[in-house]
Amino acid sequence: MSAATQQPLLQDAAPESAGRQQFLTFGLNDEVYGIGILHIHEIIEYGNLTVVPLMPDFISGVINLRGNVVPVINLARRFDQQPREINKRSSIIIVEIETGDDSFAEAGIIVDNVNEVIDLGADEIAPVPTFGTRIRTDFIQGMGRVNDQLMILLDINHVLAISEISAIVEFNGSPGDLRERTAEK
Amino acid sequence: MSDDAFLAEVRQVFNEESKELLEDFEAVLLKLEDEADSEELINELFRTVHTIKGSSGIIGYDDVVAFTHIAESVMGRLRDKELALDETLLSLLLDSCDQTRDLIRQAVEAPDEPLAEDLARNGAGLVERLKHYLDEAPTALAEQPAVSLERPATPAVESDGIVANDYWHISLRMQPDALQHGLDPIYFFNYLATVGRVVKLSLLPAELPPFAEMQPETLYLGFEIDLESSADKEAISSVFDFMRGECTLHILPPRGKIAEYMLMINALPEENMAIGEILVASGALTEDELAEALAMQQGQTVTETVDDGGTEPVEVEARPQLGEVLVDNGVADSSVIEAAAQKQGRVRQAKQAEQQAVRVNSEKLGDLINLVGELVISSAHTELRARQTEQKALIETTEHLIRLVEEIRDVTLSLRMVQIGDTFNRYKRVVRDTSKELGKKIDLRISGGDTELDKTVVERISDPLMHLIRNALDHGVETPEQRVAQGKPETATVSLEAYHDSGSIVIELADDGKGLNPDVLIAKAIDNGIITANQQLGLGEIHRLIFAPGFSTATEVTSISGRGVGMDVVNRNIDALRGQISVESELGVGTRFIIRLPLTLAIIDGFQVQVGNSSYVIPLDLVDECIELDSMRSATQSGEYIDLRGEVMPYLHLADVFSEIAPGEQPKPRNNIVVVHYAGQKTGLVVDELLGEHQTVIKPLGPVFKNLKGISGATILGGGEVAMIIDVPALINQITAVNPNCRGPNPLT
Repeated sequence: MSAATQQPLLQDAAPESAGRQQFLTFGLNDEVYGIGILHIHEIIEYGNLTVVPLMPDFISGVINLRGNVVPVINLARRFDQQPREINKRSSIIIVEIETGDDSFAEAGIIVDNVNEVIDLGADEIAPVPTFGTRIRTDFIQGMGRVNDQLMILLDINHVLAISEISAIVEFNGSPGDLRERTAEK
Repeated sequence: MSDDAFLAEVRQVFNEESKELLEDFEAVLLKLEDEADSEELINELFRTVHTIKGSSGIIGYDDVVAFTHIAESVMGRLRDKELALDETLLSLLLDSCDQTRDLIRQAVEAPDEPLAEDLARNGAGLVERLKHYLDEAPTALAEQPAVSLERPATPAVESDGIVANDYWHISLRMQPDALQHGLDPIYFFNYLATVGRVVKLSLLPAELPPFAEMQPETLYLGFEIDLESSADKEAISSVFDFMRGECTLHILPPRGKIAEYMLMINALPEENMAIGEILVASGALTEDELAEALAMQQGQTVTETVDDGGTEPVEVEARPQLGEVLVDNGVADSSVIEAAAQKQGRVRQAKQAEQQAVRVNSEKLGDLINLVGELVISSAHTELRARQTEQKALIETTEHLIRLVEEIRDVTLSLRMVQIGDTFNRYKRVVRDTSKELGKKIDLRISGGDTELDKTVVERISDPLMHLIRNALDHGVETPEQRVAQGKPETATVSLEAYHDSGSIVIELADDGKGLNPDVLIAKAIDNGIITANQQLGLGEIHRLIFAPGFSTATEVTSISGRGVGMDVVNRNIDALRGQISVESELGVGTRFIIRLPLTLAIIDGFQVQVGNSSYVIPLDLVDECIELDSMRSATQSGEYIDLRGEVMPYLHLADVFSEIAPGEQPKPRNNIVVVHYAGQKTGLVVDELLGEHQTVIKPLGPVFKNLKGISGATILGGGEVAMIIDVPALINQITAVNPNCRGPNPLT
């Protein structure tokens, strides 16, 4: 099912051989980011989210993606920022992330708006500054330069590192905390 | 198909088959332990090892061939009653079985590397011991392979009649679907040419249908081959080894005896073929003799029933027996004819017995189950839409559809169900070997072997179970002296039991050994830093300490258990299957491990409830009843428990457990309790609304949520939205764990 729709997208991304890479750019809290297009499966409209209980706030929930249950991450919260209100331009980008031992999983990220696919040569990608960015530096793959403007190219496998997220889930979410929560009530 | 591709396929099939063969081999050996003189079992043993040897040879696993050849020779002598099967020999053969398994594994995993050193050393030792049995009796060890491998118990050939034929005669009947399995006879004939010269190859087109009905992929032909060869029978037979089980094969030596031909006729598959033709085809008669007999037969017409050698009467053709005609005229030996007539009856019987099972690739089965899952979801969706239209006819049709889908779902899931008995039987060997090694007397009792559960679950439970059994044998059971001193029977009993209980499979492993000593457990746990000295623990918790990582009670590490990772790993493996393990023990009386496993990993019946803004699904098997909270509550206002028909039942607010209500928001009036039972305990779950039954296809939540407790997965509802499946056992365990003094889910005051 999904393989058929994804395939052309992946093939279009082939001209990486010439040292050029393609990135999908999107906006989030007035900043423009890029993600390597090889990581991206598809882009869908925001909606139909089911909340998973006991989750850290950056996990918005899960969606039904043609029969598969896919987790959706609120990227702004993951970056410790206040998310914007959902509007009709809000989208979920479905990306593929490594889960260790050569297997992959799908996950969705919520963004404010999706812009375009850009083509960057190796000379147009600058190394990550050691400080000064608004998000954790290990989330950044490099800085892309387009029309003399810099944008952050995300290292999506770090942003959505499964080991880190599932550790937070464990810390956050066990019904064992029930006593505290009922006490608060 | 190129030769290489052919060989690769052959290897693949062999690897799978050899595993099964070795399991059979071991099972037969263990049976022989009880009935050492069963000829049937010994024949089966011989047959199995011969097949392994033959197949290994044809695909070039030389090490396996060399080793199994010697084992086979020993078994050949056993079969010919030149050796008696005693305890030592049985153990030796069991070891040989292990060695063969190791050799095959090596051949499969690292075909080009030299034999691992310990494997070679072990092999040499076994060969040495096996050879001892070969040399023992001075009688010449004649290689006496069976005339037909389907019938190795060849009766002594007594007739003196010799057929005038200087060549080997090979009669081959392959299965009609052999070509579809990649078994092209031409490969075998080409290979046959390497052991001798094919003088004549005749095709038997008797089964060939009219041209219009012919399926090009079906093999209709039988083959009769005359071969000039100086090779021995075994070498010739080995050419066809790979087809063993897929074909009927007879190899008759040059100048063979009539009685041997008789045996062959007996086993030939052509059901409707006239006896005379069979005889001519197999060279027992000439064409002229047959023509004469047929001419005489057409003159008479009699109806007759022939008693099939003392078994069931069998209807035979309405004409006089061709055989009688032949015998009356002195054309053929009467014993040959009788054999041919009996065959006609037996072919029909055999047909009923075979083909009861179909082998299917488990991947295909997995695909089917996934598809049925999708079908279930979309049929639920369809039903929902139909209800919205409020058209009666449409609703009725979809309801019928839903019922059918449910049946399909049940049947499909049952396809993957296997009996756990095979896995249990494997432990007999473990118990036998381990008890010998430890000098203990142990009786393994197995019950409930016909309990069925999902194949993937069976596969993944077998290792943890093995570990538990070894632990029971090593640590649980005392030595015979200790047992006698304590007034227990000398032979310890370890029982392994499986049964169904409220949607789960329960596997219990109990021993009547020394039990867990709480003082030792506590001391050990303090030593290992698992608990602190002033921690107060209940007996159940003390017993559970054995599942803690890094905990091992054996003071000495033995080869059998005691590396201190065992129970921890067992616990985690069972956890990964969404199962639970618990332990009950009484000092001096015994220990009992209770493993609960979900019946299946794919689709369940669920009960859908509304909590806050979300839908949740509770496995229906765990649900006892639904009651209104308000009516029950008035009597016991103080705590979060109710009086359920004289029984005190604690309850939980699911909304609190899952933080469903945003802070500050007024909780909705909740008035329904879903009563769930788990492991003999009842718990109430307070929900906002009851939404009814729902066929639930379990969708894994993925690695992100793998540490989430209390939720076992997700499912997709008819409307396409996602609902969480509540993992009731984990939820209850988790809440119990919060308060170490809790005995079960206590009121949360």
